[in-house]
Amino acid sequence: MIDGRPQRIMLPVNVGFMALTTLLALLFNLLPWRDMSGLPDMLALVITFWCTHQPRKISIGAAWILGLVMDAANGALLGQHAFAYSVLAFSAAQLSRRILWFGIWRQALHVVLLLLATQLLMLAVGMAAGGTFPGYGWFAASGIAALLWPVITFMLLLPQRRPEVVDVDRPL
Amino acid sequence: MEHQPPPFFNRGPAPLVRLMFFVVLALFLMVLDARFHYAEPLRAGLALLAYPIQRVALAPVQLASGVVDFFSSQVRLQRENEALREKQLRLARDLLTFEALAAENAHLRQLIGARERTPRKVTLAEILYAGRDPFSRKVIIDKGGRDEIEPGLPVVDDIGVIGQVTRVYPLLSEVTLITDKDHAIPVQVVRNGLRAVVYGAGDGTTLELGFMATNADILNGDELVTSGIDGIYPAGIPVARVARIERDAAYSFAKISCVPAAGPGRHTQVLVIGRDAKLPPAPEVRQARRTPAKGRRGRRRE
Repeated sequence: MIDGRPQRIMLPVNVGFMALTTLLALLFNLLPWRDMSGLPDMLALVITFWCTHQPRKISIGAAWILGLVMDAANGALLGQHAFAYSVLAFSAAQLSRRILWFGIWRQALHVVLLLLATQLLMLAVGMAAGGTFPGYGWFAASGIAALLWPVITFMLLLPQRRPEVVDVDRPL
Repeated sequence: MEHQPPPFFNRGPAPLVRLMFFVVLALFLMVLDARFHYAEPLRAGLALLAYPIQRVALAPVQLASGVVDFFSSQVRLQRENEALREKQLRLARDLLTFEALAAENAHLRQLIGARERTPRKVTLAEILYAGRDPFSRKVIIDKGGRDEIEPGLPVVDDIGVIGQVTRVYPLLSEVTLITDKDHAIPVQVVRNGLRAVVYGAGDGTTLELGFMATNADILNGDELVTSGIDGIYPAGIPVARVARIERDAAYSFAKISCVPAAGPGRHTQVLVIGRDAKLPPAPEVRQARRTPAKGRRGRRRE
């Protein structure tokens, strides 16, 4: 760790838990929001999280299919989210060794860039398909999502943390 | 001699290759969807797949509103009841005259041999949520192909036009709002009967009255209602009110902004108005050649 804090040894991740949290994020995105300006894209955030922490366990194809479901559920151009999410999954997985090296807030700085790039891709696709410019406020969603990064990290790593049993015989 | 890596090191194609594969697949789908409209079965299938998740997502919201309804105070209900009774009395008087007028109108129409107006089928629907796509203005309602909703049907609330059904799934349908970019409705100015077409401006709050000459007789505050000449919208439903007029001699058309009369933010209940049964079928439409967003709705304007 660059900031010299001790790092805990984690239990191996449960793939079922990964699937469950991704599904919950999809559920969050499909909640009936009336006003969605500045609403963080929870699914993109969770995909980023799992792609940085477990790049072997989540494939680009999974992100692609989740994006397709988002498109169909929202009446967007079919493939718009799928395209952006697959690029997001790829870049998060490629950058995972770099990102995890940093402390939590610097990780969030990386995440905000990744999410902004995703939004820019979606913007390019949407504008090319004849959509309306959603206004600059739309990009605030990425910043808010990045602010949630420490919370998400804490919550999604909870099951992997070892139970803190103080055992005098085994110091590990 | 060539060495293959042992199979437990083999993790399939390289990440970049996979990315390229999925990006190309996504681009292919987008082109298929936007230009050729071939992706509709896939979209319907995916929407059906997402439906249970959406229902689960809606459940807590509906539960919360149910709880609020349950605990709403008796005083409020009594007051509401009184107001409704008063309104009903007022409307009943109008209804009496309306029936007499309708009978008279039917009689006169028979006299001059005009086509009788048939009542249209009306379906009550509920707005489930707003589409998350930031590039278009859409809402999803809870009635679909199972309830005989068809693409193109107008959607209104108690004040005026909200939008038009653009895509129908078995259990849900998608309504494009009148504020969506390039969504067009034929309208008529109430004050002088002038006909025009009003377009969504795309910013989500205003409409634009397109292609009106700089000297057209339009004033601030003019009410616009549907003209009914398209055979889709029934005539006389309020659409918008003129809010701002810019007449610039440098341009041949005036720039006229309007504020929509109704909006999805007000109520969750809307009405989907059925087709006029006596209209002849629409002529065959050629594949639209314009940009996709316009092409999808081109049929209405042609």
